[in-house]
Amino acid sequence: MTRHWLMRLIDRREFLLAGGATAAAAVVAGVPLSFAEDDAGGRSLQFAWAFRNVVGEAVPEEAQVTLDLPEIAENGNTVPYKIEVESPMTEADHVKKLHLLSTANPQAAVATFHFTPQSGKAAVAGRMRLAKTQDVVAVAETSGGKFLMGKRNVKVVIGGCGNE
Amino acid sequence: MAAKARIKLPESAKIGEIIEVKALISHVMETGNRKDGQGNPIARNIIHTFTATFAGNPVFSAEFGSGISANPFIAFFMTVPGPGEFELTWIDDQGVKTVERAPLKVG
Repeated sequence: MTRHWLMRLIDRREFLLAGGATAAAAVVAGVPLSFAEDDAGGRSLQFAWAFRNVVGEAVPEEAQVTLDLPEIAENGNTVPYKIEVESPMTEADHVKKLHLLSTANPQAAVATFHFTPQSGKAAVAGRMRLAKTQDVVAVAETSGGKFLMGKRNVKVVIGGCGNE
Repeated sequence: MAAKARIKLPESAKIGEIIEVKALISHVMETGNRKDGQGNPIARNIIHTFTATFAGNPVFSAEFGSGISANPFIAFFMTVPGPGEFELTWIDDQGVKTVERAPLKVG
């Protein structure tokens, strides 16, 4: 997947420091994203772009995606996650991709998982880094081109991302 | 140098059963966000790609970003089509490719 040139630009912290954030926020405001205006979770611009990269113009349905993460993570360097998407996982109807996104890490795209009907179950587990307290978002893409999503808030005691 | 990797499978499985595959690899997963003692940025070195095939057929794969923890652990599922061998591959930013195989007992 080729990354949008603005994404690459926004990834540069200098860009934010240079006050480019205001200009970019104006661009994002045109995006049909409830997230762009929703600052309650402290969602980053990087997230807005990563999210847009995944769904394009589509508005995902908040259903069928379950995120299992601790409510409080003592150590943001290793936060266990489990994600499961309800799906028959047949040739005709299965989850093709699952995107794991962070709303407040320096890099929003944490991982993309690819499934096949052979997977049997659209579920995955691992460990992720969380820089600070935030929402973790998972977006699934079905073989029928439908987007589903789920989210979960994790309170982080000691942030991990090695950005200090 | 290939990193140390481990695969955990059920002792045995039946055809049609959905099994969980767990894999662990030792890797620093350097984010690229950190600086060394002199204030110079430390180059990113993460495992960016993970693939799993069974009996030569793709089952699962993943692309990782710097938000994945050091020594990445991954668990995924597969419907057992018959006997065969898993081949798991990890590739990092320095081009290091680690391949680990594990046969599945079916019966």
